[in-house]
Amino acid sequence: MMLVKSNIDMELDIEAIRKDFPILSRTVNGKPLIYFDNGATAQKPTLVIDAIENYYKHQNANIHRGVHTLSQEITVAYENARATIQNHLNATHAHEIIFTAGTTASINLLASSFSKKFLSKGDEIIISAMEHHSNILPWQQACEEKGAVLKVIPINAEGELLLDEYSKLLSEKTKIVAVTHISNTLGTINPIKEIITLAHAKNIPVMIDGAQAVPHTAVDVKELDCDFYVFSGHKLFGPTGVGILYGKEKWLNKLPPYQIGGGTIKTVTFEKTEYADLPLKFEAGTPHISGGIGLAKAIDYINTIGLDKIAAYEHTLLEYATERLEKIEGLKIIGRAKNKASVISFVVNGIHPFDIGTILDQLGIAVRTGHHCTQPLMQFYDIPGTIRASFAFYNTKQEIDEFVKSLERAINMLR
Amino acid sequence: MKIEEIESEIVEEFEMFDDWMQKYEHIIDLGKSLPMIEEKYKTEDKIIKGCQSRVWLHSELINGKVVFTADSDAIITKGMVALMIRVLSDHTPDEIINAKLEFIDKIGLTKHLSPTRSNGLVSMIKQMKLDAIAFKAKS
Repeated sequence: MMLVKSNIDMELDIEAIRKDFPILSRTVNGKPLIYFDNGATAQKPTLVIDAIENYYKHQNANIHRGVHTLSQEITVAYENARATIQNHLNATHAHEIIFTAGTTASINLLASSFSKKFLSKGDEIIISAMEHHSNILPWQQACEEKGAVLKVIPINAEGELLLDEYSKLLSEKTKIVAVTHISNTLGTINPIKEIITLAHAKNIPVMIDGAQAVPHTAVDVKELDCDFYVFSGHKLFGPTGVGILYGKEKWLNKLPPYQIGGGTIKTVTFEKTEYADLPLKFEAGTPHISGGIGLAKAIDYINTIGLDKIAAYEHTLLEYATERLEKIEGLKIIGRAKNKASVISFVVNGIHPFDIGTILDQLGIAVRTGHHCTQPLMQFYDIPGTIRASFAFYNTKQEIDEFVKSLERAINMLR
Repeated sequence: MKIEEIESEIVEEFEMFDDWMQKYEHIIDLGKSLPMIEEKYKTEDKIIKGCQSRVWLHSELINGKVVFTADSDAIITKGMVALMIRVLSDHTPDEIINAKLEFIDKIGLTKHLSPTRSNGLVSMIKQMKLDAIAFKAKS
């Protein structure tokens, strides 16, 4: 029988794409794996896995150090990876791309270096009510250390930022705004362009947490005009332990180094150290070389598929899953923003998310349960946690059908 | 009954089930039958830290034996607490401290002991043993 497929389905050959991800063919608890925990980490295509293996088998040497051939080759490969990321973000310079260990490391670096230089008693930092703990704690600590105040942009019941309230928070006391591009818990896509423009009108720099955004949408830092943009490699189908801090050259040059040591210097005497130029100033020690190379491969891979196609396809998954889940009695979707990425959080009346997650796991379905490192958000909705299904472009409507069936089974068992 | 005897009884009970769904159904039933903790004990300080769901545990020493009551907002967790209470409650502090709890492995609940499970069961066992140690120290 001929199956009617949508244009997007045909454009994205999902069956072929799924073959690129070896893990998708495994079973869990005797059932075919349905991986709906992409918000936590995404699976890796063979291309990325091969690049990592190839590095250790044929390329391993330290970068920026040796005169020998291996070191020179890998330095070129690593710097090419940086250039790939630069192009992907449309950054002006390659040295605006700082390799870190991940989003959390990027924010820690920025919060520490920025507050050391620019934060004083009575100053204010603005974040939002839907931030991941990783974009709360570093700023909270910076504020505590400097006697500054953390201000929070409130949200409405749908899970959208209240921009009027945000405008009111911006003042001459505000030193930086740090908000998420896409909420990991609610899926809300924030109007970051507007957020940036409003801050810039008062000469306030803005950092965008792009951890959840980069797998779903193209990011153009020049067009956004953001001052800093951070994300992780592993949510973007790349390796764990590598991430990016993009910063405008003018800002990065003003910031003091964060971790210091090998690789961050021009000259060292016991009296004084002259630090290296960007990006090395912020890249102390031997970096995660295979991570950087693997991340660039992952970016090449998604660009071959096309982020616009990915976003369109994922949107159909989101709409389909929303429509199916809404029909389940007692199920409530948390986060009903008009502009949403393929993340659905929900609660089921009278049943703890942990119970549902446990049963779904038995049925081979990986979802996330809990507070998703957004406890203030759980407090706002007055819930202990949610069940979160987050989709990637290798997921299918058939998997959603299976998920809904399994969810109904779990609910019946637990009621 | 000795702790090991209760453990064997539970192992036999679980051997009747063919698959994991049946085991979970049983655990859920156990959770529903758990003697509830008195409301006055459902306080912040009775909550066991480290669980994704909330677990309240109360212990009392009655005639030299530790009696546990508990509750949880998640039913599977509650079922697991019910199992632990069945095994450990109404025993002397020494018996509880020395309990090896091998039944957990035998009935296939070991994966709930892994750190990825938010340590629910691990934290539960730890707290029950800590309470027993505290009673022993006081006596």
